[in-house]
Amino acid sequence: MYRGHVLCCGGTGCTSSGSEAIINEMEAQLKANGLENEIKVIKTGCFGLCALGPIMVVYPEGAFYSRVKVEDVKEIVEEHLLKGRIVTRLLYQETVEDDGIKSLNEVDFYKKQHRVALRNCGVIDPENIDEYIEADGYKALGKVLTEMTREEVIDEVTKSGLRGRGGGGFPTGLKWKFAYNAKGDKKFVACNADEGDPGAFMDRSILEGDPHSVIEAMAIAAYAVGADQGYIYIRAEYPIAVKRLEIAIGQARAYGLLGKNIFGTDFSFDLELRLGAGAFVCGEETALMTSIEGKRGEPRPRPPFPANQGLWAKPTLLNNVETYANITQIINNGAEWFSSIGTEKSKGTKVFALGGKINNTGLVEIPMGTTLREIIEEIGGGIPDGKKFKAAQTGGPSGGCIPAALMDTPIDYDSLIQIGSMMGSGGLIVMDEDNCMVDIAKFFLEFTVDESCGKCAPCRIGTKRLLEILTKITDGKGTMEDIDRLEELAYTIKNSSLCGLGQTAPNPVLSTLRYFRDEYIAHVKDKTCPAGVCKALSRYVINREKCKGCSLCSRQCPVGAISGKIKEPFVIDSDKCIKCGACMEACKFGAIYKK
Amino acid sequence: MKSLADLEAIRQRAATDVNIRREHDGTRIVVGMATCGIAAGARPVMTAFVEEIGKRNLSDVSVVQTGCIGMCRLEPIVEVMRPGEEKVTYVKMTPEKARRVVSEHIVNGNIVAEYTIGNA
Ligand SMILES: Cc1cc2nc3c(=O)[nH]c(=O)nc-3n(C[C@H](O)[C@H](O)[C@H](O)COP(=O)(O)O)c2cc1C
Repeated sequence: MYRGHVLCCGGTGCTSSGSEAIINEMEAQLKANGLENEIKVIKTGCFGLCALGPIMVVYPEGAFYSRVKVEDVKEIVEEHLLKGRIVTRLLYQETVEDDGIKSLNEVDFYKKQHRVALRNCGVIDPENIDEYIEADGYKALGKVLTEMTREEVIDEVTKSGLRGRGGGGFPTGLKWKFAYNAKGDKKFVACNADEGDPGAFMDRSILEGDPHSVIEAMAIAAYAVGADQGYIYIRAEYPIAVKRLEIAIGQARAYGLLGKNIFGTDFSFDLELRLGAGAFVCGEETALMTSIEGKRGEPRPRPPFPANQGLWAKPTLLNNVETYANITQIINNGAEWFSSIGTEKSKGTKVFALGGKINNTGLVEIPMGTTLREIIEEIGGGIPDGKKFKAAQTGGPSGGCIPAALMDTPIDYDSLIQIGSMMGSGGLIVMDEDNCMVDIAKFFLEFTVDESCGKCAPCRIGTKRLLEILTKITDGKGTMEDIDRLEELAYTIKNSSLCGLGQTAPNPVLSTLRYFRDEYIAHVKDKTCPAGVCKALSRYVINREKCKGCSLCSRQCPVGAISGKIKEPFVIDSDKCIKCGACMEACKFGAIYKK
Repeated sequence: MKSLADLEAIRQRAATDVNIRREHDGTRIVVGMATCGIAAGARPVMTAFVEEIGKRNLSDVSVVQTGCIGMCRLEPIVEVMRPGEEKVTYVKMTPEKARRVVSEHIVNGNIVAEYTIGNA
C-alpha cells in the first residue's frame, strides 16, 4: 500500500514539454529520501490543461502542480511528500485558496465540463489493466456477454441517442443494426483512429489515457454485430498511443478478455493494430478500409456501404475512437442516463481540442448544447492579451467558422450545420482580431490541396483552382469577379467530388465568404488586409513624429529599403521593402507600424 | 478470466490502491511531519500506519502529513478524523502504538484513551 500517489501526465503534450525527465527525477528523488515504497509514481494520460503542462497531481491531497520543471521536483519531494507542506508557489494558482486548495472540479476550466469519454484520462495508469478494471472496466463487456442478447445491446445503444463522433454524426445504434442485419459468414469491426484534422488530438488523448475503454467497446460491438476480428487503424505519428494500445491489447489477452471464449461464453474476439502513414484521406471510411487491406488508401463510391461490404468485401462496422469510448458508459449506466445529457437531437458530450488564440489550450469535454461562449470565455479562459474574439473554426478543413455574433449558438450537430459549420471530429481553433479570414480559408485549402488523393477531378483540380484564386486575392490582385467565381467553383466541387474530402473541402471558403465577405472585398477593392496578415497588402510606415532618426532600423533592414539622415525622420521605400518586420522589432521608440 | 467473479476479484484487489485518488469522506490520519516530528520519530510511525492499513485492506482511510502543530515536546503527534466524529489527537506515538490505534480506533471505533493528548 502506498500512502501517496504522484500522477504525472505522459500524454503527447506534456511529454513534449519534458514530463519524461520530470518522472525520472521524481523517482530518483523519492529514492534519495527513502520514500519509494510509500509514494507511487504513475504516468497517466492527458489531464486536459495542456497549456499548463507538464502537469503533476499529488494524492491524497489532490494538489495540482502546473508547469513543473525538473528543478522543482526536489522541493516537491522534500517539502510536500516528506513533510506534508504543499508547495503553494508551484500549484496551479486557480486552485489556491486562503485556507488551502480547492478541488479541481471547482476550477473554471473543469467546472462546466462533463467527462464521459475522458473519464479515466489523467486518473488511471493507462499501462495497468488492473486500474482500468478497478474503475469498473470490462464490467460492461461481462454484462453484455452474460446477461444481454445481441439485439438488446443494439437496442440500448440506439436508445441512448449516441451519434458518431468522427464527424458525420450518423446514429451509432442504426449503424450497428445495419452491420447486424448484413448477411455474411465473416464480419469485422474497425476503429477509426486516423485523426487527420490539423490541431485535433481528442482521439489520441483517449487512446493515450484510456486505451482499454476502446478495446472493451470494440469487443461489445463485435458481439452485437457478430464479428470475431477487429482492427484499429491508427496513424504512425501517434507513437505513445500505439505503444499504450499494444500494451493494453497484450494485457487484455493475458487476462482472457481478448481471445477465445471470453468470460466463459462462446464469444471469441481478437484485435490488431494497423498503422496509417498519415494521409488525411485515409480517415475517410472507404479509403481507410482499402488501406487496412494493404492497398493504396483511396476512397471508392458508396453504396455499397461498409456495413454491407467493408474489409475484404465483408460486412464491417466502423466507428470513431470517441464514439467507442462512450459505449461502456452507456451499457453500465443505461441509455436513459446517457440521453439525459445533451440536447434533444444530440445526446451526451463532445470532446474538443481547444487551440489557437485561447488561454487554456487543451482538451475539454462538454455536454452537447453548451454554447461557444461558455467554452471560450469560461472554460477556455478567454483570449490572450485582451484581444477581441473574431471567430472559431470547427470541423477543421471540412468545417466552417463561427463568427462572434453567433457565439451563443448551442454546440450540437444540427445547430452547427444550420450556421454553415459542422461538429466535425472536435478540433476547435479560436481566432482573434489579428487573424485574416481570407488567409485562414487559404490555410485550409493548402491543406486539402496537399491531401487530395487525386482520384477524382473535381477535388484534384478544383481545390487547386480555388487555392489559386485565394492566393490571387491575398496577393492583392483579385477582382470582384474572382469572388463570384470562387463561390461558383466551391459549389461545383461540393456537388461532384467522389468522397467527403472533396465534398467538404470548399466549406472554409464558403463560410468565411458568408460571414466575412467584407474582408474579401477589402482585399479586392481597397487592396488592404484589415488584420494586417497578408504580406503583399501590408506596408511598413515610419511615424515622422516619433522617429528620432537613430538609424537602427536602416541598419537592421536586410534589403536596404530604409534611408534618412541621422536625427531626422527616416523613410521606408515600399517598392524595395520585403515586409519582414525586422525594422519594427528593432525600433526602440515604437515609431514603425504596419498599415 | 472465466467469469464475472474473476473480474470482481481483480477489481477488489486494485480498489485500495486507486481509492486514494478519489474524493471521499473516509477516515483521515494526519501525522505531524515538521522537523520536530521527524526528529521525534514520526516517519516510522507514519510507515506503520501505512503498512497496517495496507495489510487490512482498508480502502477508505488516507494517511496525510501536516506541519508543526505547535506542541513539539509531544511529537510524534497524530490526529485521527473519522467522519461525523470529533477529532482525536494522539501524542508521543510509536509504531507499536500506531498499530494499536488502527485496530482499536480506526477499525472498531474505540478511542485508545491512554495515548490521547488528555493523558499526556
Ligand atoms: C476526408 C475525411 C477524413 C476523415 N477523417 C476521419 C478521422 O480522422 N477520424 C474519424 O473517426 N473519422 C473520419 N472521417 C469520417 C469517417 O469517414 C467515418 O464517418 C467515421 O469514422 C465513422 O465513425 P463514427 O460513426 O463513429 O463517427 C473522415 C471523413 C472524411 C471524408
